[in-house]
Amino acid sequence: MENILQLLSNPIVSAVLMALAPLLFILPYALVTIYIEMKMAAHIQNRLAYMQTGWHGTLQPFADILKLLQKEDIIPTAASKFLFILAPYLVFVGTYSSFAVLPFSSAFIGSNIDLGIFFLIAVSSLVVVGLLMSGWASNNKWSLFGALRSAAQIVSYEIPSALAILGVVMVSGTMSTQEMTHFQDGGIGQWIIFGGNLPLWQKLSLIPFMIILFLIYLVSSMAEVNRTPFDIPEAESELVQGYNTEYSGMKFAIFYLAEYANLFLVSAVVVILFFGGWTSPFGTFLSGPVWGAFWFVTKGMLFVCLNIWLRWTLPRLRVDQLMYVSWKVLTPFALLCVLAIGLIVVM
Amino acid sequence: MNLYDIIFYFFAVVTIASAAVVVFSRNIVYSAFSLLFTFFGVAGIYVLLNADFLAITQLLVYVGGILVLILFGVMLTTNVVSVEIKTGTMQTLPATIIVALLAGLLGGIVWTTDWFVGKRLSEVTSQTTSKEIGTALITTHVLPFEIASVILLVAIVGAAMMARRERSNTNI
Repeated sequence: MENILQLLSNPIVSAVLMALAPLLFILPYALVTIYIEMKMAAHIQNRLAYMQTGWHGTLQPFADILKLLQKEDIIPTAASKFLFILAPYLVFVGTYSSFAVLPFSSAFIGSNIDLGIFFLIAVSSLVVVGLLMSGWASNNKWSLFGALRSAAQIVSYEIPSALAILGVVMVSGTMSTQEMTHFQDGGIGQWIIFGGNLPLWQKLSLIPFMIILFLIYLVSSMAEVNRTPFDIPEAESELVQGYNTEYSGMKFAIFYLAEYANLFLVSAVVVILFFGGWTSPFGTFLSGPVWGAFWFVTKGMLFVCLNIWLRWTLPRLRVDQLMYVSWKVLTPFALLCVLAIGLIVVM
Repeated sequence: MNLYDIIFYFFAVVTIASAAVVVFSRNIVYSAFSLLFTFFGVAGIYVLLNADFLAITQLLVYVGGILVLILFGVMLTTNVVSVEIKTGTMQTLPATIIVALLAGLLGGIVWTTDWFVGKRLSEVTSQTTSKEIGTALITTHVLPFEIASVILLVAIVGAAMMARRERSNTNI
């Protein structure tokens, strides 16, 4: 016991353990979400999805993992081998390092840095480079076009989403994700979507702008995870599978894992920004470090399910519609909201 | 050699090795991708120097903006138009003169700067920089800040104008 405690107090060991902790969440989360996604998709389309493997197909995600582990790992001969191998890891690293600033509860956050949300915006740009790398290294025109479309889309939608985050930062007065959550502590009425922890008249005048900012962030976060209605980067009818067309086996699985981790990431950011992070909706009732983790994951999963629901309901946007939504609708509205919030907060 | 030193040497090696690949690689796409690790290593060194805001801004501006732009340019020219862009040696004399001047300038700066050696770097207290930077930008340095933003706005308007003019020409 003594030895173990001594080992844990070693800075390198504790840093490695803290770095691995979110992975312990992501892996089971991905299994559950793959199952939920397939089942929700099936029920939305009035069918059953898999029913054979286990009760209502509950063992299917495990079977999928086994299949992916056994598959041959194919690297195309004309591909640029080093970049081809590096790309999926780069995509995953970009997503995973953002988990460092997610406050899972009042007691657990990977790194409580002062610039949390800014860090999150910055490291997600690693994903773009990873996608471009995978598309180019595959030496396949569909992969390349998919990667270019994906990068153009993510870069465009970073602007409205960063402006929406800026609005929330102006209200809460901090960029640290943990402090932002503390700002919203004290029940559902204190959440930033309802004006946060401010005097009553400011809260009331902030509500319409916060709802608009929430919608802007929700739409642009959906674009950033490349899911329908914003999935032209992997539009099957045009591009086969987009940037990961040539990938198979575990490399494909890592892309998949990164996509699902990214899905939870953007949902968690919505929760931190607008819906109180790990705080309980009932004030001090059912609050505490463990309940905090419960609320955080529950709220996050609600938004993951919202994303899945929208994905299987809406048709795909065209490229010009996509750019129109980003530059001519979301960005001006976000700028107006930031201006209005600035005036309200200063007064 | 403590943890701090190990991390510093790691980032230093990453930065210099990837910068060497940027310069010496024959394939321009490898150079562009290698820039990612150079920017990343520099950002890591900024973090070690307690400049957290600068480090994150480095990632956001250079990796998220400039590098993606470079990659777009390089990829669209090599793989879509199928013209191989290779780097080669040309203009040796002017390049030598410019590099010598630059090296002299850098060496002069290194020589004349009064380096901060009062404390060991690992003992620098971890305090946040964003508040100080924000306050400085809207008080003492408000004029350069506003001038920079106006210049950037002009650049954006100019870029939009150029893109628009080209499109109307092709329509005619």
